[in-house]
Amino acid sequence: MKKIKKIKIKLNGKAKLIAVNCKIQTLINELNIPVKKVAIELNQEILDKKKLKKIKLKKNDKIEIVHFIGGG
Amino acid sequence: MLKDKLIISSKRFNSRLIVGTGKYRNMKECAKAIKLSGADIVTVAVRRVNITDKKKPLLMDYIDPKKITYLPNTAGCFNSKEALRTLRLAREIGGWKLVKLEVLGDKKNLFPEMIETLKSTEVLAKEGFKVMVYCNDDPLMAKRLENAGACSIMPLAEPIGSGLGILNKVNIKIIRSQTKLPLIIDAGLGQASDATIAMELGCDGVLVNTAIAKAKKPFDMALAFKNAVIAGRQSYLSGRIEKNLMGNASSPKKGII
Repeated sequence: MKKIKKIKIKLNGKAKLIAVNCKIQTLINELNIPVKKVAIELNQEILDKKKLKKIKLKKNDKIEIVHFIGGG
Repeated sequence: MLKDKLIISSKRFNSRLIVGTGKYRNMKECAKAIKLSGADIVTVAVRRVNITDKKKPLLMDYIDPKKITYLPNTAGCFNSKEALRTLRLAREIGGWKLVKLEVLGDKKNLFPEMIETLKSTEVLAKEGFKVMVYCNDDPLMAKRLENAGACSIMPLAEPIGSGLGILNKVNIKIIRSQTKLPLIIDAGLGQASDATIAMELGCDGVLVNTAIAKAKKPFDMALAFKNAVIAGRQSYLSGRIEKNLMGNASSPKKGII
């Protein structure tokens, strides 16, 4: 069986291994995240949610996925 | 009173009570307290999605943003950079332009860092945000925020979560007299009567979180704050009597036996 090459990224402050050439949309789908209820940042730049399918993740990329929670 | 609405950035709200959604025991309790408070606006925080625990309840599942206006807040930000990042992300989540800016300067007293707050207000206003600004009760700074493009001035009563009530009524009155912007007391209220006092000072609304969420009976306190805000507003609009040093009998002297 062919071994899939992995790269390390940081997702919400924690290290994560993902497949090489993984697109952000794929990652979001895998994590089962409701895209309409979140905002996504890649290396401190806010991503246009329409372009998630086009963006490939690279080694050491930093992703932040945020949503609303209770607060004052 | 029927036409007496709270207007912020041309948007009309029935309730003058804004409530925070933090510190409740659970989302169910939070949603019920908000319903009882009658609030049209709730503050919310922007935080990382919990990747590992997907079963954690989502705020949007309990409080429908189509029915209640979400007011994204920058609570927990200690400089302009963090605050701007947070609100830009908030806008991205669902197009929110009406936001609450809160830049803190001290971890113990949670007083606002006004230089960073002013800087952030200018940037956000230029980016098209409608910025409601948490600030200290300094009339000069309130004026500067207004000039920088704030859509609402939100001076503290006392430190966030302190429950001390309004200790500097004079400053609040001065700010009231100098601005036509919605003036909303934010932070430090402890009980329903504090909200009445704020409204009687001429404020357009109050923002409450801890006083409701941490009351022994949050649901009853939510209702108490709702009524207190209405009572205070009615009292303010009714025009109070002059204060006199001496007594003035209510019954006529004529016909005394």
